[in-house]
Amino acid sequence: MNVLYGLLQPDSGEILVDGAPVRIKGPGDAIKVGIGMVHQHFMLVPVFSVAENIMLGAEPAHGGFIDHGKAVKLVREVSQRYGLPLNPDAIIEDLPIGIQQRVEIVKALTRDVDLLILDEPTAVLTPQETDELLEVMRGLKAAGKSIVFITHKLREVKAVADRITVIRRGRTVGTAEPTAPESELAELMVGRSVVLEVPKEAAVPGEPVLEIAGLVVADDREHRAVDGVDLVVRAGEVLGIAGVQGNGQTELVESIMGLRPARAGSVHLSGKPITTWHTREVLRAGVGYVPEDRSVDGLVKEFSVAENLVLDLYDLPPFGGRFALDLDAIEAQAEQKIAEFDVRTQSPHQPVGALSGGNQQKVIVAREMSTPLKLLIASQPTRGVDVGSIEFIHSRIVAERDRGAAVLVVSSELDEVVALADRVAVMYRGRVLAVVSPDTPRETLGLLMAGIDPSSSSHTPGTPASGEQDTQGEGMSEHGEAAS
Amino acid sequence: MTTSTMDVELAVPEAYWTRARKTGAVMIVLGLLATILFGALASSENARFALGENVSGAGFDIPGTAGAILFGLVALAAGAALLVTGKHFGVLTGVALMGFIISALCWQMSVSPVSHIMPLGFIAAATFTAAIPLIFGSLGGVLCERSGVVNVAIEGQLLTGAFFGALFGTLTGSFWLGLLAAAIGGALLSAILAVFAIKYLVDQVVVGIVLNVFAGGLTAFFYEQVMRPDTDAYNFPGKVPSWPIPGLVDIPIIGPALFNGNIFSYGSLIAVAVITIALFRTRWGLRTRAVGEHPAAADTVGIRVLGLRYANVLIAGLVAGFGGAYFSMLSTTGFSKYMVSGAGFIALAAMIFGRWHPVGAFFASLFFGFFGALTGFLTSISSPIPSQFLSMLPYVATIFAVAGLVGRVRAPAADGKPYVKG
Amino acid sequence: MTSHEPIEAEPGATAASPDKGPAQPTPGVDQYHVDPSLPAAGVEERHDQAERQPKHRAPAPEEGKRSFGRTFREELWANNNFTVTLLAIVLALICGGVLMVIGNAEVRDQWQYLLYQPGKTIGDTWAFVSTAYTDMFKGAVVNPDTVNRWYWNMTTWQQVFYPISETLTNAAPLIFTGLAVAVPFRAGLFNIGGQGQAIMGAIGGGTVGLALSLPAIVQVPLGVLAGALLGGLWGYLVGILKARTGAHEVILTIMLNNIAFLFLGWFILQQGIKDPARSDAISKPIQESGRLPQLIPDPLLRANLAIVLAVLAAAGVAWLLKRGRFGFELRAVGHNPHAAATAGIKVGTTVALTMALAGALAGLGGTSVALGTAPALTVDMLGQIGFNGILVALLGRVRPWGVVGAGLLFGALQAGGNAMQTFSGVSVELVGVIQALIVLFVAAPALVKAIYRLRRSPAAAAQAGLAKG
Repeated sequence: MNVLYGLLQPDSGEILVDGAPVRIKGPGDAIKVGIGMVHQHFMLVPVFSVAENIMLGAEPAHGGFIDHGKAVKLVREVSQRYGLPLNPDAIIEDLPIGIQQRVEIVKALTRDVDLLILDEPTAVLTPQETDELLEVMRGLKAAGKSIVFITHKLREVKAVADRITVIRRGRTVGTAEPTAPESELAELMVGRSVVLEVPKEAAVPGEPVLEIAGLVVADDREHRAVDGVDLVVRAGEVLGIAGVQGNGQTELVESIMGLRPARAGSVHLSGKPITTWHTREVLRAGVGYVPEDRSVDGLVKEFSVAENLVLDLYDLPPFGGRFALDLDAIEAQAEQKIAEFDVRTQSPHQPVGALSGGNQQKVIVAREMSTPLKLLIASQPTRGVDVGSIEFIHSRIVAERDRGAAVLVVSSELDEVVALADRVAVMYRGRVLAVVSPDTPRETLGLLMAGIDPSSSSHTPGTPASGEQDTQGEGMSEHGEAAS
Repeated sequence: MTTSTMDVELAVPEAYWTRARKTGAVMIVLGLLATILFGALASSENARFALGENVSGAGFDIPGTAGAILFGLVALAAGAALLVTGKHFGVLTGVALMGFIISALCWQMSVSPVSHIMPLGFIAAATFTAAIPLIFGSLGGVLCERSGVVNVAIEGQLLTGAFFGALFGTLTGSFWLGLLAAAIGGALLSAILAVFAIKYLVDQVVVGIVLNVFAGGLTAFFYEQVMRPDTDAYNFPGKVPSWPIPGLVDIPIIGPALFNGNIFSYGSLIAVAVITIALFRTRWGLRTRAVGEHPAAADTVGIRVLGLRYANVLIAGLVAGFGGAYFSMLSTTGFSKYMVSGAGFIALAAMIFGRWHPVGAFFASLFFGFFGALTGFLTSISSPIPSQFLSMLPYVATIFAVAGLVGRVRAPAADGKPYVKG
Repeated sequence: MTSHEPIEAEPGATAASPDKGPAQPTPGVDQYHVDPSLPAAGVEERHDQAERQPKHRAPAPEEGKRSFGRTFREELWANNNFTVTLLAIVLALICGGVLMVIGNAEVRDQWQYLLYQPGKTIGDTWAFVSTAYTDMFKGAVVNPDTVNRWYWNMTTWQQVFYPISETLTNAAPLIFTGLAVAVPFRAGLFNIGGQGQAIMGAIGGGTVGLALSLPAIVQVPLGVLAGALLGGLWGYLVGILKARTGAHEVILTIMLNNIAFLFLGWFILQQGIKDPARSDAISKPIQESGRLPQLIPDPLLRANLAIVLAVLAAAGVAWLLKRGRFGFELRAVGHNPHAAATAGIKVGTTVALTMALAGALAGLGGTSVALGTAPALTVDMLGQIGFNGILVALLGRVRPWGVVGAGLLFGALQAGGNAMQTFSGVSVELVGVIQALIVLFVAAPALVKAIYRLRRSPAAAAQAGLAKG
């Protein structure tokens, strides 16, 4: 899609617009031939107003001076024509994500595009906002625009698309009608039916290890990301946290680890309050932590494999004393862990950034499991990891549980949570909606993830009835082309 | 529209000690200090504030002790108001600082062994004169950084401007051509900055620092080799003439400062106005700011990010280079090596203090210029306050500003980040 | 689930962002954050990095192959680093030669007759430039004439070592201030404040040197310690402000440089410090018992303990970065502050301590001048050693031994420049230009390569043709 919009150049092949081949050297060319794009990461200047963002690059002006009134009028006109109400003078950074996306759409529409590319537009939206967006797309279709809608979510394409193209690993693997059954689409997307099973015995839960009560945590924007969570994880069990990404899981885990202050509530580890402890103290108290984004939080890419294997142990004997590091001990540890965890690396001195994703993740897991653990927290432990490494990492997690550690697994892959967990907590908008058994029917879990508690009778109209049809992030995306 | 939970503000009550209240408390302390200490130290002699450019002429008298106490109380009251209400931060802080300064002046002037008179017109003129190079320098900074290129080479641009102005002003015998050459000189140095920062993606602070050394060495070398052996032929540009505006120049206090000017003083005012309008009212300005804040967004709507950055860095060089000529064609006649002596860094401070806004940078420059003028005045009346500490004030103020102690400043989001497509 | 990347590819930015919002600034990592692995990265190095983060959809290549390719590339780059540095120096000297010609009236005038007397013009130019650079070499390393005269007993051996002694004397403070930039750079901090920290160090060391009269064995270490301490405090101030408030260290250090400079101006005028016998702004002379001892006690050879201390400091820094526990924390924070925080490293403390260490190193640089070569404290006693330290650090690619090498080179240029000024009449200011040019060229390896390729290919082709013909 970036090629189509001129941000990247094709290595081969050609692009036809209305039957004629075109060469798109930049976004300017794309706009000229009538292609507009709403990026997954919004291309809006946060400190500019709505009108300024929309007119940018095509400013109405007299002799270089901007005609602000005309720009405002244009915004009003377009937003009215397509039923997308906007305040032209609002500043972007003050607007909620859904409205920012609306600005992006209006920005494309003011440029008179015929084809609108929407790249994963719903990833950042709440279900309500998603439904509004689908409605907008229908309206645009009715107004004669073509739309390429890229998404992972089956429900959405089926709801809005006229034609569906499935792309996997850079190739078109098939097309389908929206009336095709979901299973057929899923098959196309995944390529094979994924059965994720982790061999494990029934859990023998012991004493509570991690106790969270009434925890409130703010996100970077000072919004209430974790909103009064109560949880208990016992020794010898895996508690899985399921939920659509961005429902407070990240902040919850960071708060436990002392990386983000708790605004209210408490966290106890084996009965000791650790709410205000520094990360180092939490780690030393016997907590292992596999962070959700390994390249940002888990590894120092420029450091060697050996150095990364002691990233949070370097100050402990035998690796480090008060002042010096014992490089021999660090190397010995590296040799041992590389063998034990089957890390595929040329040498312990290779920079970790040169390893594949799966091997990078194994470095983190190896490091976190190299001290005796009371509690293991694993966030998205297998994201972006090859199948072989997934199985390996899963088995190590279960082994920790069987050794008697309490394990908290956070994953947005429902399959992973269900496969690993002994109990599943579903998080939605900063709260734990329910703690259920992993045997709970998929539909029920899906409803919970969408914020609907099937056990209560209240049913919000307009909320999607089915949850995420998520499929392991296997690198596929459908194109629903809504052609009129 | 629907609002998700994620967008609901966290219901954490705002702390009582806001920045305004903290500042209010500090102002109260300053007010107390002024009232008690300055009041006690001041003598009963009158402190006379003359309106004109010299000590004679109309003016008004303030008895030393009473004035010190009175204006100390003004500072105290403003601080207290700020502490209690937590509102009107700018106005109240300004009043408190003014009160403090006047109180200090009443004390100093009343006990001075030399003179009890402060010629306000002279102070105003000195303030503006000291501010002129800072205004041009900080405008150069604003132009550059608004488009996302960090400019720590202001010092070098001013120096190059001063050198080119003196050299070509002498060679051509025309100060107009000298001024033109000064601007071009600044732009040449800017061009190096642009190429290294934009094309070769070298860290922009690194380039800036190195360019300062480069410009300093180069101008000093040619000064030693060419100018010093034959001053008349290469380093005698003459002084730019002054153009008083009849009538307006007689306005008390500000008249001599604003309307007895020259190409630099009028030019600085015009530059501030033009750049402000251009940045905030024109297509170029909108695009410049977009490129400085979110270059990818600008790129996706077809704006040539790098081209705009090149243009802005070059214009910044023109402006700063022109301002540099002030040193060799107005404040003294002729170039001498390292004559800018840190003004470029104060200009950088003024740009930050002015929050990357031309008008803000203008007032910050005036603020810094005022302390320069005050330092001169207090030295002239043999004040015991060490002039070095007064000269430090701009730098201390800037540290306070960047540390968020008096309201946080925010740089353009993409400032210093090279833009690479894809 | 938000990323449509294939399994093998890095989810990286795509996966991380949706829940964090589109334009959230990451705390602790601001717009000036320097990349410690690329001290003066040019375009090619950046591209090289970008390649390593696979964006394309192909599965990752086999481990072995990839590693081999990487190693090879690194090998190549290691060579190129050296090559680029060398080429940059040559290029800067050529530019310096051009400036010499422009700056010399006689040679410049001769160029008006280029068409009439091409041989004389080129000859004169070559003679002038080569003589100047020869004088520079003689003043920096060794003068063959002196060696010859010494051989015939016409001069003392001290004269032979005089140039080297001058080079070492000039290099010592630059190595210190260079380290003061290099160490924080490895922690992702750009210390522009070497000048101010050196000034504070000079005040600390100088005050001990001029005010006390103790046995040298006590007073010298005390002075060195005071200099390191005061410089360290000045650096710590930056670190703590940065850690607590997020204020940017480049701005803070620039401001603190000026404050320190003004403070020195005030300090030397104070009673007890100022030399009462003189009317100008100068302190009392540094006591003999407070001075750094000379390596060879001879009035001609100024080189003193400072150069030894500087090399020891570099060795210490090298040890710290490789084997030190704090060095590990420092480098981790420099490369990835998020991962460092997640691993329990106190990022703020590390930043503050790093700046304190940098300040102490720069302070030692100032002290080495105050107690080594300066007769007393004056406002301009340090020249620009802080800013030149930045150049030294960049040229030395922010590695301790690289800094030593770059410091020696700059020291030699300075010493040679003085000789050049004396014997060839070319102003020593040229040295500053050459130094800046070297660093500028080193900072942009792509430019250097481009220039040499352009110069080489046509020339090489022409030569090949001539050879055959």
